[in-house]
Amino acid sequence: MKRMIPLLLFLFCTMVTKAQDTRPTTDFMRSHGRIYVVIAVILTILTGVILYLVRLERKLRRLEKGN
Amino acid sequence: MSDTKNYMYKSWWKITCILLLVFTCTFGLLVKVPDLPALEETSRNLFFHVAMWMCMMTLFTISVVNSVRYLRTFNLKYDIYARQYATVGILFGILGYSTGAIWMTYTWADPNNPAFQSFQALAREPKLIGAAVALLIYFAYMVLRDSIQDMDKRARISAVYNIFAFAMLFPTIWIVPRLLPSLHPGQEGNPALNFKDVTPALRLIELPAFVGWTLLGVWITTIRIRINLLKEKKMAQ
Repeated sequence: MKRMIPLLLFLFCTMVTKAQDTRPTTDFMRSHGRIYVVIAVILTILTGVILYLVRLERKLRRLEKGN
Repeated sequence: MSDTKNYMYKSWWKITCILLLVFTCTFGLLVKVPDLPALEETSRNLFFHVAMWMCMMTLFTISVVNSVRYLRTFNLKYDIYARQYATVGILFGILGYSTGAIWMTYTWADPNNPAFQSFQALAREPKLIGAAVALLIYFAYMVLRDSIQDMDKRARISAVYNIFAFAMLFPTIWIVPRLLPSLHPGQEGNPALNFKDVTPALRLIELPAFVGWTLLGVWITTIRIRINLLKEKKMAQ
């Protein structure tokens, strides 16, 4: 847990700086009503779920070979 | 060993599943959808909410096929298949239900939508009731299974029940909702599958979405099946 604290602080730091950024929307992630942010979020969730499934798959393969 | 040649141990369809889902989640949000009243951008839920139901139907169908295979061979392996496919089918049914609840809140039950002012109008929705009945029948399948101690008896009785449950799926989610006035689209045909309802651009994403989510359901199920087959093996030793 102690090791996580700097990481969390770091996360909040970036959030603050991003929130104060008032430049006109020029970069990719902010274009089209910031829909790409939603895509990034959904893809992250999907990656998490799929990585979990792949890990389960690997574990199972090892168990099946052990028999 | 014939087991290693089984589809469950192959990885090509798992990779297909990942690719299709990544395609769905990016292009599903980027594609231009027709601007329909009340629906607006929520038409994109076609790739997510509707796909859950497609996945559930496919999994229940595979489940009943395995129940029939069990009754023909009395091989307990097929009983495990049938059970796990039904379990994950229920999971996707619940996901379909909850995503539908969210979608409904902002489209049908929208305070700006004068056609459906009261909760009463929504609660009469035949597909809602039908899907609830279908899921309850499958919950009963699980309860019935777990209440029988003897393994062979459990497998046989639940296989027969599974066939009845699947037979009830037809009237509850395919026939009755089409006979009654419904808020869901597709009163006179196959919603989302006929060519009049969906623009070509949507169709291009819709079909990969359905296949992708269904494959994800199958993947989860095969992992559960393999765990159970291992357990079985360990018990036999």
